[in-house]
Amino acid sequence: MNLAAAANENLANISNVLIYSAMAVYTLAFIAYITEWVFGSRSKVGRTAAALAPTAGAEKASTVTVQVKQQGGGTAVLERPKVVTRSAPGSRDVPDGPGAAGGTEKGDLYGRIAVSLTVLAALLHVGGVLTRALSVERAPWGNMYEFSITLSMVAVVAYVVLLASGKNVRWIGLPLVTTALLDLGLAVSVLYTDSDQLVPALDSYWLWIHVSCAIVSGAVLYLGAVSTLLFLFRDRYETKLENPDGKQPGAFATSILERLPSAASLDKFAYRINATVFPLWTFTLIAGAIWAEKAWGRYWGWDPKEVWTFITWVAYACYLHARATAGWKGRKAAYLALIAFACFLFNYYGVNMFVTGKHSYAGV
Amino acid sequence: MATTDTDTDADTGTGDAAAGAPARAGGSSADGGSPAADGGADAGSAGADELGAAGTHLSTAPTEGQAVPGSFGGVRAPGVLGALAWTGREVYGWLRWCWRQLTSMRVALLLLLLLSLGAIPGSLIPQTGVDPLKVEQFKAKHETLTPLYEKLGMFHVYSSVWFSAIYILLFVSLIGCIVPRTWQFVGQLRGRPPGAPRRLTRLPAYTTWRTEAEPEQVLAAARTVLRGRRFRAHVAGDAVAAEKGYLREVGNLLFHLALIVVLVAFAVGQLWKSEGGKLITEGDQDGFTNSLTQYDDFKSGAFFDKDNLEPFGFSLESFDARYEREGSQRGTAREFRAHVKYWEGADGKEKRTSIEVNEPLEIAGNKVFLLSTGYAPVITVKDGKGDIAFKGAVPFLQQDANLTSSGVVKVPDYRDKNGKKEQLGFQGFFVPTWGGADAKTMFSQFPALDYPVMFLTAYHGRLGIDGGLPQNVYQLNTDNMKQFKNPDGRAFAQKLLPGETMTLPNGAGTLTFEGIKTWASFQISHQPGNELALIGSVAALVGLAGSLFIQRRRVWVRAVPGKDGQTVVEMAGLGRSESAKLPEELADLAVALQADAPAEAEPESESPDPAEGARA
Repeated sequence: MNLAAAANENLANISNVLIYSAMAVYTLAFIAYITEWVFGSRSKVGRTAAALAPTAGAEKASTVTVQVKQQGGGTAVLERPKVVTRSAPGSRDVPDGPGAAGGTEKGDLYGRIAVSLTVLAALLHVGGVLTRALSVERAPWGNMYEFSITLSMVAVVAYVVLLASGKNVRWIGLPLVTTALLDLGLAVSVLYTDSDQLVPALDSYWLWIHVSCAIVSGAVLYLGAVSTLLFLFRDRYETKLENPDGKQPGAFATSILERLPSAASLDKFAYRINATVFPLWTFTLIAGAIWAEKAWGRYWGWDPKEVWTFITWVAYACYLHARATAGWKGRKAAYLALIAFACFLFNYYGVNMFVTGKHSYAGV
Repeated sequence: MATTDTDTDADTGTGDAAAGAPARAGGSSADGGSPAADGGADAGSAGADELGAAGTHLSTAPTEGQAVPGSFGGVRAPGVLGALAWTGREVYGWLRWCWRQLTSMRVALLLLLLLSLGAIPGSLIPQTGVDPLKVEQFKAKHETLTPLYEKLGMFHVYSSVWFSAIYILLFVSLIGCIVPRTWQFVGQLRGRPPGAPRRLTRLPAYTTWRTEAEPEQVLAAARTVLRGRRFRAHVAGDAVAAEKGYLREVGNLLFHLALIVVLVAFAVGQLWKSEGGKLITEGDQDGFTNSLTQYDDFKSGAFFDKDNLEPFGFSLESFDARYEREGSQRGTAREFRAHVKYWEGADGKEKRTSIEVNEPLEIAGNKVFLLSTGYAPVITVKDGKGDIAFKGAVPFLQQDANLTSSGVVKVPDYRDKNGKKEQLGFQGFFVPTWGGADAKTMFSQFPALDYPVMFLTAYHGRLGIDGGLPQNVYQLNTDNMKQFKNPDGRAFAQKLLPGETMTLPNGAGTLTFEGIKTWASFQISHQPGNELALIGSVAALVGLAGSLFIQRRRVWVRAVPGKDGQTVVEMAGLGRSESAKLPEELADLAVALQADAPAEAEPESESPDPAEGARA
């Protein structure tokens, strides 16, 4: 074994250690998130219920400040005029829940700890992926293991970025960290592949383009799917609250769901994510076709992976169209979004494990 | 009502009365949509009745009245002519009803769902177009399923009648939708943004203030401000009407048009393509010349002209293969490189290049791809007289990942020791790395040539190649052949190392294993329409980004004299989708406008904070 190979071996080991450390920190973050939810449950918020009372739904007035650039480079902060906003008729005007901490101080403290731990774990995770890339001297997406660790990394980083940019996404922390742990666990146990060079078929710069887009799409679509799923629960919860005569949600469901953002917010968040990623997923499909043309002589050959990428694409197209169709908006569209994400998951795991095609490399 | 809306209503609302439902031009009916409706189409976020014309056609999604099935013919006049006229009206009505159904958003959505569902079986059941061998294996395994699957076209899903029906209907629906939408959009571009609704307070975003400036001044300033921000703005009555974000619809139409282009390109590619395989052994001087007889296998589209193959050719000079020697992926290929000589045109000069897995060679509109590689033992067969009956490299085909290969040697011109004409056939295995006598396995241990060994058995008789029927060169038909036997009666078989010779029983001749050459198989494909498909996909992507990321919105500014002599300025905005940015933008516009129409302190108790009025 030559010197370079030994260095690579070292880097690969460091990568493994970093991934395991990230998993440990994710576990701590998971516990902190749970604690946040537990402490938060002690607050009696009841804001949603109040908002859904018949008098609710009044106009919201908001005063926003605006920065106006002045000549000469200086900026002055001006008070904007009051803009009165009205939500669409027929939609509930419900405020977002207070978040997992439920406004309690202790809960919030644990929530902050959880977020800090998530950031730390994300850093370790990024380090793990980077050292893996360095050890193999190529894009770290040559097999299912590398693909998986990068996928959850992107999902967590996207979450951290959304948090940092001031978006109200802390509620997604618990499900995200849980699945990141599951994904990493699956990666290190079932999918693990020794760091190695590429098979000739993957040795192309299109690997960088096609696979990175696929990973980013998948990771961000996952955030959308979580939001969609929570939308379905929260929507049912709000519907129940709207008819005080009907069946009311249970105490546990209330405790959790009232702290989530409103159904409208969840739906909007999911839509924005899905609509933003859809062009990227389209590009993944196109880039894959270009690569296939270069490598296999045809840009479309009905290979199982191609077919499922197409099915996923059409399913998301269905979702986007459904949102614009009367009778399909809301819950039905949300189900479509979940089906679409299930297609993505099957494309990602199922096709490699159950179907043989041209996208099987390095064992799986 | 602005001209735009009258125009478009006339376009989309035709026949609604006949169908029993009036054309509803309100915002909420606009969300009926179409396959071309864009993703963010939370259309009509404000109530239809309150907004009237202002909310209409913020998209060109066709208004969808209830297409009620039933009697379209109306009153039936007496007599034959009356019956004919009635039938005509009835038929026309039904056709129009069907067309409206097909181009409706619901049916388009259903077709999309069907398309994704229909694509699933093709990924799970082996497909003739992808792997015919697997289809055969599947058919042999599943006797009951096979006839059913064959009837349903499950072995060629993507060219089956039902799958074609889905996507053709989908595209008809698409065309039936984007054509009217395009006209409608052109109409909107030629018209002007609709005038302000009576009650601006009802709109999703609203703001108001009082100013000393005259209403005319305010409106003129508003028009300038809005135009400065690239709104299409005009003064209509006591208000300025403005609209922005038309590129959303452009993107939307472009995306759907581009999908049609991609489909056409795909069809062109399928109909005019040609694709063939050729296996070439290292150092083989003849190589490949592009004519039909030279291909090992050849497929082409329905419209491909087989007499019109481009003149070019190539031969394999040498082949580099490198395999992983360490770790869990031992034996995995790391590098394949074919060094080839090629020529192009009737009297082209020979050039050298190399072909790798991801780097095909492009010659004369064709692409030559490297598919796989294997070994070809070089064999010399001498007949019973001691004359050379066969000499050459015989490609053996790969059986497993370590390149255990099987092959046959056919010797058609052979005489036995008595000079009698006969034919010989050899059949056996070649392993590049033999495990040794202790390994108890004949299979290769590694794909590189570390310990090459060949195991052969021999037959004599008739090969059956003279009958004129095409025969697989890699299979030996032993129906009319007899296996050579050892003196003890067991079948004759021998292991050979390079350089070794085996002697057939009874002086029937010898076979010498001279050495090993590498072969490579290539795919030569010609697929027109690739550029068109690429252009289509890029256009689709651009259109998609436009239709999802650009917001279309309307803004109205009304300025009317108030009771106290001041001017009341009202601003309101309406977005195609419930955009969070709309209130922000409206506030921005208000700030900009207040440069020309400064806000006066509110006399009423609306702002208890006395500083409020001085702000902004």
